Amino acid sequence: MSVVDRQDWDVVVVGAGGAGLRAAIEARERGARTAVICKSLFGKAHTVMAEGGIAAAMGNVNSGDNWEVHFRDTMRGGKFLNQWRMAELHANEAPDRVWELETWGALFDRTKDGRISQRNFGGHEYPRLAHVGDRTGLELIRTLQQKIVSLQQEDFRETGDYESRLKVFQECTVTRVLKDGDKVSGVFGYERESGRFFVLEAPAVVIATGGIGKSFKVTSNSWEYTGDGHALALLAGAPLLNMEFVQFHPTGMVWPPSVKGILVTESVRGDGGVLRNSEGKRFMFDYIPDVFKEKYAQSEEEGDRWYEDPDHNRRPPELLPRDEVARAINSEVKAGRGSPHGGVFLDVSTRMPAEVIRRRLPSMYHQFKELADVDITAEAMEVGPTCHYVMGGIAVESDTAAARGVPGLFAAGEVAGGMHGSNRLGGNSLSDLLVFGRRAGWHAAEYAAGLTDTRPPVDEDQIDTAAAEALRPFSAEGPAPGADDGRPPENPYTLHQELQQAMNDLVGIIRREGEMERALEKLADLRVRARRAGVEGHRQFNPGWHLSLDLRNMLLVSECVARAALERTESRGGHTREDHPAMDRKWRNVNLLCALTDPTGGLLATDPVSGQITLTREITEPIRADLLALFEKEELVKYLAEEELYE
Amino acid sequence: MSSYEAAFKVWRGDIKGGGLEDFKIEVNDGEVVLDIIHRIQATQAPDLAVRWNCKAGKCGSCSAEINGRPRLMCMTRMSVFTRDETITVTPLRAFPVIRDLVTDVGFNYQKAREVPSFVPPADLGPGEYRMFQEDVDRSQEFRKCIECFLCQDTCHVVRDHEENKTAFAGPRFLMRVAELDMHPLDAAESTGLDRKATAQEEHGLGYCNITKCCSEVCPEGIHITDNALIPLKERAVDRKYDPLVWLGSKIRRRPTEG
Ligand SMILES: Cc1cc2nc3c(=O)[nH]c(=O)nc-3n(C[C@H](O)[C@H](O)[C@H](O)COP(=O)(O)OP(=O)(O)OC[C@H]3O[C@@H](n4cnc5c(N)ncnc54)[C@H](O)[C@@H]3O)c2cc1C
Ligand code: SF4
Ligand code: SF4
Ligand code: FES
Repeated sequence: MSVVDRQDWDVVVVGAGGAGLRAAIEARERGARTAVICKSLFGKAHTVMAEGGIAAAMGNVNSGDNWEVHFRDTMRGGKFLNQWRMAELHANEAPDRVWELETWGALFDRTKDGRISQRNFGGHEYPRLAHVGDRTGLELIRTLQQKIVSLQQEDFRETGDYESRLKVFQECTVTRVLKDGDKVSGVFGYERESGRFFVLEAPAVVIATGGIGKSFKVTSNSWEYTGDGHALALLAGAPLLNMEFVQFHPTGMVWPPSVKGILVTESVRGDGGVLRNSEGKRFMFDYIPDVFKEKYAQSEEEGDRWYEDPDHNRRPPELLPRDEVARAINSEVKAGRGSPHGGVFLDVSTRMPAEVIRRRLPSMYHQFKELADVDITAEAMEVGPTCHYVMGGIAVESDTAAARGVPGLFAAGEVAGGMHGSNRLGGNSLSDLLVFGRRAGWHAAEYAAGLTDTRPPVDEDQIDTAAAEALRPFSAEGPAPGADDGRPPENPYTLHQELQQAMNDLVGIIRREGEMERALEKLADLRVRARRAGVEGHRQFNPGWHLSLDLRNMLLVSECVARAALERTESRGGHTREDHPAMDRKWRNVNLLCALTDPTGGLLATDPVSGQITLTREITEPIRADLLALFEKEELVKYLAEEELYE
Repeated sequence: MSSYEAAFKVWRGDIKGGGLEDFKIEVNDGEVVLDIIHRIQATQAPDLAVRWNCKAGKCGSCSAEINGRPRLMCMTRMSVFTRDETITVTPLRAFPVIRDLVTDVGFNYQKAREVPSFVPPADLGPGEYRMFQEDVDRSQEFRKCIECFLCQDTCHVVRDHEENKTAFAGPRFLMRVAELDMHPLDAAESTGLDRKATAQEEHGLGYCNITKCCSEVCPEGIHITDNALIPLKERAVDRKYDPLVWLGSKIRRRPTEG
């Protein structure tokens, strides 16, 4: 039996971003003793990087806004593949979640009459994004962090211990969800600092680990985004939904190479920035798809007037949903009309006075000045698509955030699937984190409370297996399975780079059948090699070791993306097939579910060639009639199949 | 594009001790110090410990001392050094080292807990808050803080004086007190909490002798000393010299203590 530190909690939340922290606050407020685990320091999760804002139909700037309009925009953005009940709950509850932040001390930018200011963003009909300059994520995470501290202060006053009811385990990584039969019984992980293993026993586990971008070479995501939560769920027997949908944000930095992929916020366009090609042309006017023709300006003059008079003009096409803009940029560069470093130009310098730019976009000004020697008040930026967000994720029940098929497992935030359909609108993630983080915490607490006398016990064998799996990189010398020579251990950094290159080139923004098949072969090869990923040194804060363990997750998740992308023979949102360029109404109500081929969760047993993932199709539940009635019939016929319309 | 080979000295070791290790390593156009540390990690020292997240100056994880100066590694461009300069990277000095460039910054989380939280006004519900931009500007400046703790590292009150750590919250958390004090709707006073007085009495504002070193290293360019600490001092002083106010605030505070 392995010697590991063990503790008992009611609810364990894996992840301390917006979703995880909101879940933890809710669970603790509902009486559950709650532990939060995160890989970085408290307050550094990916959410801190969010820039533009948080979408909520408060109607502070344009009183025409309400939840129905927000719901419509979200469904359009997701090309009607969204789990519609989630989109409904989200649009409905987002304003309350934002207002609640103010009561916890958040300070958003204000309107003239003292309310929370809201800005325009792609795909949102009205100014809807509450924001703080271009550092909204920082405000969000700091507010949640400080709310947690305030709950801990309350507990300290009552119990003399800050951490008696709510504790953050920072710089710890979870590598397995433990189960008793089909039920969750806890988590296994290691402390990054010491390398020590630990087990937190708990009947309810909320996964809130964020995204998968680190499997791609050009990405706006940080090292944390290795798809851990996606993999943890798969390994625990929960399916992933629609993993083919990966959002490439249209505007990442393209130069210098070391910052390639770092995000340039959409607020640049929301506040008036325009895209031009090397000929100086605002090319987006040539890329307005039919489904959006009536909603966007047909001339530059009209687009420019919209910023001042949105009621009588249509918005400029720079503010189309992200998938459209990313594809357009890709086409311009391919056609030879790109900028010197392979992007296009994004210009605010000719659109606003320098001091307005510095006030509205302070961190963009700073970022370009410091990292690229570019003064955005005087010259255009160079930008191009970057892997940004995954719409696919753990399949959940809309109301409870419960993962399908595994009692006690919940998921919220970027790691959960469904809410955004095939493409997420900017600003809809931060609101998603709060709405479904709260719901996950609530239902996890409730579920745990129902099990007080009959907690699923933790199985010792599972702990031993998890410990052995985690230690393997230190003894990676044996020959590869099937190979007779004893090849030396693989460098995990090299394996990671090869994986990123393969996903970027073969399952990237524009996809082709043959390339995705090659990607699957490459993944099979990497999987075999990754078992031999070896590390030097010891277990204390050893990044090489951490990366070796993360590779398992990235490979699993990458295979899901590649398999689902190969299966879906149409283009929709964050999934573009060159060989199937059109959206196909027959695919509108089809979900693709990925599950582990070997349901025992043992990875070694899995055949290295055929892969680890099995794919199934599922027909989605029809959209509720009163929600469909929010749309014009003419619009619905563009998306829904004939049969769906007459039901 | 031009590459060259740079000389780096990186501190390696742990709580038991350690020293500077030499590396010769490739540098390309536009790179920052963190890129070079990552290259060392990927090619020469896979177990070199370093913290980072965003690589864009937004998360405050990658703090270290570069040629002795506290800085973010991801925002320090290689072009600020000459090509033949040896670049020395060491962990933050004010905090105990864990391994290589990673230090134990727990001190800061402890101090964060000691500052009483925002107190919502009792008479306003969610959605009813009205504040004007000019009234939130000041606190918003302080909320730009990315908690890199460079100011905490550089402040001489604790940098070489471990013994002051119990009594002194450091610039970051004194600024947090100022931020809440300047929040237009914070209702601390209604509960008998006088934030200005606590800055002096409980968070060690008196130790600060306004050298402004904290403001100089702040990567967010926050005017910590001028906009947070000095105003806090002025008002703390006001209170102290007005015996009635001082007495009143002492008496009102009692019930919430403990
Ligand atoms: C540059 C950038 C700008 C963005 N701007 C916006 C915006 O303006 N508006 C918007 O709505 N969205 C924006 N997004 C998207 C949004 O920020 C993210 O989708 C969102 O923050 C994800 O939050 P989360 O709570 O799901 O996860 P995260 O905030 O990423 O948190 C994940 C947590 O899980 C932990 N974790 C992961 N794996 C493990 C493990 N194995 N064990 C333990 N802990 C683990 C991590 O340490 C972390 O604490 C932006 C994204 C980026 C990259
Ligand atoms: S101004 Fe005060 S807090 Fe800042 S470094 Fe100097 S003594 Fe420390
Ligand atoms: S005030 Fe500035 S230097 Fe201090 S922690 Fe915050 S961002 Fe860092
Ligand atoms: S890595 Fe985030 S500030 Fe440097």
